[in-house]
Amino acid sequence: MSDLIAPADEGGLAAAIAAAHAAREPVAIEGNGSKRGLLRPVQAARTVSTRNLSGITLYRPAELVLSARAGTPIPQIEAALAEKGQHLIAEPPDTRAIFGSDQPATLGGIVAANLSGPRRITWGAMRDHVLGIRFVNGTGEVLRSGGRVLKNVTGLDLCKLLAGSYGTLGVMTEITLKVLPAPEATATLLVAVPDAAAGVRALSAGLGSPFGVSGAALVPGEPLLAALRIEDFAPSVTYRIGRLREALAGFGDLAAIEGEASRTFWREVRDAAPLAARPEEAVWRVSVRPSAGPGVAAAADALGGRALLDWGGGLVWAAAPATEAAHAAIVAAAGTSGGTCTLFRAPEALRMAVAVLPEEPAPLAAIGRRVKATLDPAGILNPGRMRAGA
Amino acid sequence: MIALPAPKPEILARREEIVAALRTIVPGDGVISEPTRLKPYETDGLAAYRQVPLAVVLPTTTEQVAAVLRYCNETGVRVVPRGAGTSLSGGALPLADAVVVGLMRMNRILEIDLEDRFAVVEAGVTNIGITKAVEGDGFFYAPDPSSQLACMIGGNVMMNSGGAHCLKYGVTANNLLGVKFVTIEGEIIDIGGVHLDAAGYDWLGLITGSEGQLGMVTEVTVRILRGPEGARAMLAAFKGTEIAGAAVDAIIGSGIIPVALEFMDKPCIHACEAFAHAGYPLDAEAMLIIEVEGSVAEQDDLLNRIKAICERFDPISLKVAESAEQSLAIWKGRKGAFGAVGRISPDYLCMDGTIPTSELPFVLKRIGEMSTQYGLGVANVFHAGDGNLHPLIMFDANDPESFRKAEAFGGDILKLCVEVGGCLTGEHGVGVEKRDLMTVQFTARELDQQRAIKTAFDPQWLLNPSKVFPLEGAPVPLAAE
Repeated sequence: MSDLIAPADEGGLAAAIAAAHAAREPVAIEGNGSKRGLLRPVQAARTVSTRNLSGITLYRPAELVLSARAGTPIPQIEAALAEKGQHLIAEPPDTRAIFGSDQPATLGGIVAANLSGPRRITWGAMRDHVLGIRFVNGTGEVLRSGGRVLKNVTGLDLCKLLAGSYGTLGVMTEITLKVLPAPEATATLLVAVPDAAAGVRALSAGLGSPFGVSGAALVPGEPLLAALRIEDFAPSVTYRIGRLREALAGFGDLAAIEGEASRTFWREVRDAAPLAARPEEAVWRVSVRPSAGPGVAAAADALGGRALLDWGGGLVWAAAPATEAAHAAIVAAAGTSGGTCTLFRAPEALRMAVAVLPEEPAPLAAIGRRVKATLDPAGILNPGRMRAGA
Repeated sequence: MIALPAPKPEILARREEIVAALRTIVPGDGVISEPTRLKPYETDGLAAYRQVPLAVVLPTTTEQVAAVLRYCNETGVRVVPRGAGTSLSGGALPLADAVVVGLMRMNRILEIDLEDRFAVVEAGVTNIGITKAVEGDGFFYAPDPSSQLACMIGGNVMMNSGGAHCLKYGVTANNLLGVKFVTIEGEIIDIGGVHLDAAGYDWLGLITGSEGQLGMVTEVTVRILRGPEGARAMLAAFKGTEIAGAAVDAIIGSGIIPVALEFMDKPCIHACEAFAHAGYPLDAEAMLIIEVEGSVAEQDDLLNRIKAICERFDPISLKVAESAEQSLAIWKGRKGAFGAVGRISPDYLCMDGTIPTSELPFVLKRIGEMSTQYGLGVANVFHAGDGNLHPLIMFDANDPESFRKAEAFGGDILKLCVEVGGCLTGEHGVGVEKRDLMTVQFTARELDQQRAIKTAFDPQWLLNPSKVFPLEGAPVPLAAE
């Protein structure tokens, strides 16, 4: 474990980064460190944390806007929103169980990893709701992109560039999000399906219906369940679940759950709970066209593992023994349909041995190195986090 | 007037050689160099600015686009990408020494997949063309800019276009899965794909809305969505803009996100009513058009909830459409708003700032005061749910002083938007029009950071020159690797 610096404010954080830049010393960047097990470990003598940059700085429910410092724990933001009947649109996963961490994720960490939950299929990813950021670049300068209004196309969108950059391009210090009213009611239609391919066809039928399905997952078990969620005003939920029953009657036995049972069900999907149980296994997060999801699930099965499919089949959470051969098999299964694969959790030895993210085409990688150099010329921010030697 | 850089004499002198080289890349009539045929390319939706380009090239394949860009990069020729030329910010304005690369001949729909809910189209397919291709099966492409009959998806990607329905469905960036991207060096790169979240840096997010500064896009993969069972609108008119603004807050505060929530002020109501005879109340200071989706019973439920909320704000009139036809009648005036203003004024500038919605009454009051001060009329129509203002400033293009005042008035409105916590442009882009105002919103270092990222993609600054970034502040050199 490296030395931890947790500045009390943005100025202190900028000074810490500026000092590291001046000394050409790499630093690991984190919030609460809840996702240290994600991607590759960073070799650095110092860790700079945003955990003390905490607190909601602006919340205007009628404007659908919330700003918070990057170190604010996600549960604190969720609680503040719930008080006003609103929620985080992208429904980010709680990764405590999967990484065996006792720390809640911070807003900065969730945005830096661009992690989204089941609602992403209809309502967009975490990065889609980032309206503005303040960040410290790799030389210690404080810069802004975006703002605090819902529609903004002024200048290059560095919010999207930094979302999902895992702290390698800059350290976000404050983030403004679009938020939405939480639904009055929720219910889920469960379809018992014979196999994954049939399950994804049922999910596609639901997502291709006019009823606004806001969650579409395939959950392993006996029987295999295709689950379709409706979130809306109570009369609409009743009506839409009824219409979905008619539309999906041919796919298998139907059952519905509502209220707290439905919410618990989707929390488990969101957190990939069925895969968290065996910490010795590796977990991959695979993004493919929905109809290709069952092929990736079959690859996990063939390795003696399991899979949970979300986003209508387009997000595969796969678990299997943590070996290089298993990694190669999952990557290959993702690649057959042009999808991408992230090694989400694995023992450190495996994460060091394989490419945890897909390689980029050479011309894009070259542009990427040039872009990185504009933000972090000394290459001190989270070196090696995403790719070896980068 | 916004200054444009002087053309490079050495490029103008090589005109014939450049045209000949382009003809070897794009055969047939795909290269235009005759002055009369270049004329239609001299401007876009910001018609006050005109400049005939050096040449226009109309490729039909990605490989041709790549070869054209590679040639221009190797020989130092500036490039202006163009779709349908509907930009309201001058995003497609040529320069005298630039080659316009128009994508209108790349207009094929390549793949539609209803099961996986995506469509792959060439950049020159119109926005409405995507919806037309899938609406028979009940699907649609969500972003719907006002120019959707003409504007092309490639331009939508470059400007990150919005529309009236983005409060619910998001803007272009939120509805893309992938693009075929061509760099100024002539490399063809597939970014994203047909899946939702690509691993690694979000290049797709950076390219979207980059206004042609980073490269060109020749193919686009979009999400297509199944449409709702139906939609219906209502109209609510109020005695004051503050009251209408409070009603908007109350609707959103109740948990309802209407699929559209449009706001018109008194001058706009009058202009639209004279044009469309939609039955708008002429005594109102402000009017909302509110649209909801769902089955007929769901529409009734939501419209009743909204009606009950509006009734708390002492409305002058509340009219709920009883049918799709009545809904269309309510929308008719709004959809014709720009044309309607065009009938009462010879010319107008359409502004595009965004403000925090709570600032609306203050901003409208200040715009009214500025209107008196400049002696120019203004009509306001805007997307109330997301605070995206479209003040239409009326002027006379035959009077240079009138145009100068209109530009200054527009600049003052946009500065006000930034002052109250908003931004210069919500959906039209910076282009030429707002380029010199960028220093109002960004610090010098923030602009330099953006310029440096452009340099990483376009080291010689050949792509869509003189747009987005103020001319002073030289191109930023590449950082040492």
